[in-house]
Amino acid sequence: MRALVVLPVLVPLATAIACLALRPWRAAGRAASVLGALVHLVAAAALLYRVDGAGIQVMQMGDWPAPYGISLVADLLAAIMVTLTGVTGLAVAVYSLGSIDAEREAHGYHALFHVLLMGVSMAFLTGDLFNLYVAFEVMLMASFVLLSLGGERAQLEGAVKYVTLNLLSSAVFLAAVGVLYGVAGTLNMADLALAVQRGTAPGLVATLACLFLVAFGIKAAVFPLFFWLPASYHTPPVAVSALFAGLLTKVGVYALVRAFTLVFTGDTGLTHGLILAVAVLTMVTGVLGAAAQFEFRRVLSFHIVSQIGYMVLGLGLFTPLALAGTVFYLIHHIVVKTNLFLVAGIVKRLGGTLDLGSLGGLYRRRPALALLFLVPAFSLAGIPPLSGFWGKLVLVKAGLDSGHYAVTATALGVSLLTLFSMTKLWNEAFWKEPPEESPVSAAPVPWTLLGPVVALAAITVAVGLGAGPVFDLASRAAAQLADPSQYVRAVLGEGARP
Amino acid sequence: MTALFAVTVGVLYAAGLYLVMRRSVVKLVMGLALLGHAANLLIFTVGRLSRDGAPIVAAGAERLVPPHADPVPQALVLTAIVIGFGVQAFALVLVKRAHRETGTDDLDALRSTDS
Repeated sequence: MRALVVLPVLVPLATAIACLALRPWRAAGRAASVLGALVHLVAAAALLYRVDGAGIQVMQMGDWPAPYGISLVADLLAAIMVTLTGVTGLAVAVYSLGSIDAEREAHGYHALFHVLLMGVSMAFLTGDLFNLYVAFEVMLMASFVLLSLGGERAQLEGAVKYVTLNLLSSAVFLAAVGVLYGVAGTLNMADLALAVQRGTAPGLVATLACLFLVAFGIKAAVFPLFFWLPASYHTPPVAVSALFAGLLTKVGVYALVRAFTLVFTGDTGLTHGLILAVAVLTMVTGVLGAAAQFEFRRVLSFHIVSQIGYMVLGLGLFTPLALAGTVFYLIHHIVVKTNLFLVAGIVKRLGGTLDLGSLGGLYRRRPALALLFLVPAFSLAGIPPLSGFWGKLVLVKAGLDSGHYAVTATALGVSLLTLFSMTKLWNEAFWKEPPEESPVSAAPVPWTLLGPVVALAAITVAVGLGAGPVFDLASRAAAQLADPSQYVRAVLGEGARP
Repeated sequence: MTALFAVTVGVLYAAGLYLVMRRSVVKLVMGLALLGHAANLLIFTVGRLSRDGAPIVAAGAERLVPPHADPVPQALVLTAIVIGFGVQAFALVLVKRAHRETGTDDLDALRSTDS
């Protein structure tokens, strides 16, 4: 059953090809897209089940033994992330049916959607740094086109910024990969871990670690490299925003976690201290940026930045509990953030705009929708018993345990400001009387839009109420991260020694 | 030889970064292209410049006889060139569309999505 490891990459590829071939038949293409997303989720969940039961799964491409070939490696973190990709993919694929116009569909929306899922899954599963670069580029190309598809003025302006910053990040990443190969003579991450443990050129490796921090930092949108995100995420159709918000920055976070738990652990005082400082600044600037915004999706975009800070915080603290907090937070955040953007799409359909000044009265007209907004919004702010509360609780405990009191206090303060932002969205869009000129539409919301929102809200509640088992899973994933020798032995064989 | 390549890489990075910081969108795209080229040449250079034999096991021999060139950096560069080509083609089309839609190539004028 080694093929399970490659299935989450192959299924979206096959689906993308099918969607391209079925472009002349709109209904068939839509069905293929949803079916492909469903199969992807099932394959990913099967992989997670297998990894949790039988340990780290490795597949050597073309049967070339590591480190000479390309290895695909699924440890618990990778399997969790691929499963979350499947969940997000399915939710947004269904949501797209009701919200993407026929013209975008005719221009290959569904095919690009699945190419993006393929790139994201490959980035999570690869065990080779250069292959990670290729996965990033696959993902970026798909995201570039999805972002600008439709060619509205705001979209193109946002795309110029998004493309520029991401290409810069790729150039830095590529240069770092090249020099690292020159230093260590390998790009297999397990083999690199051994080379760094042997103490190969420690000064140069520390410099390269900082280059990787910049490259992955741009992708993850950490301070001060996040400006492309709030400038672009509110411009494409809501389904695209939701997919980006759920997955793309999290690929950057995953790459940071992978690189700085497996490979660059030689000089943790420098690298992880830097990451901790960056995390705190990211949390604070993100939440303050959100407080100044008055457009639904831009508020949410700045909150992505702020929440990235929490995830990176766990990596910066670098204790097993903190890493478990990061994994838990990733699980919580991907579901919640996708859901909030999906709700924003329904709000736009009903209110005709996402400008908070022109919205209002949604609670009176649509109490059920208001409730659906409150679940992810409260979870994002960390209200118990929803998923966000437990994620923050674990990170705060890890911060206190390791004596970082100021950092922990900042995290709690930011959480309070997050609540303020969510209250602003609630007051403006749902609670206050609507302005005279823009009454709330009375049209029914189709199930293709409501279904994914309800499902993701249910997952948020389930993760919150069943936090115990989910946290156990996150702890097991963190234990693998904290002890890289398991990963190295799984890839290179039992005899691998530094 | 390595020194010459090192200087070339440095000049490419400097020129690329300078162009990226200009206000014109066209220069921005050219700068991004130069940065890509600089990275490629950097990989090629750190992979050791050598004019030694091709890394092919001779007929009848059991293993590769040193000295030989390292094929991996060249494979990496080839992949990166192909990817760079695709990305730059897209960036050019994007800039053309953005110019047609907004009527300017001044980056400072593309501010409507910032606030």
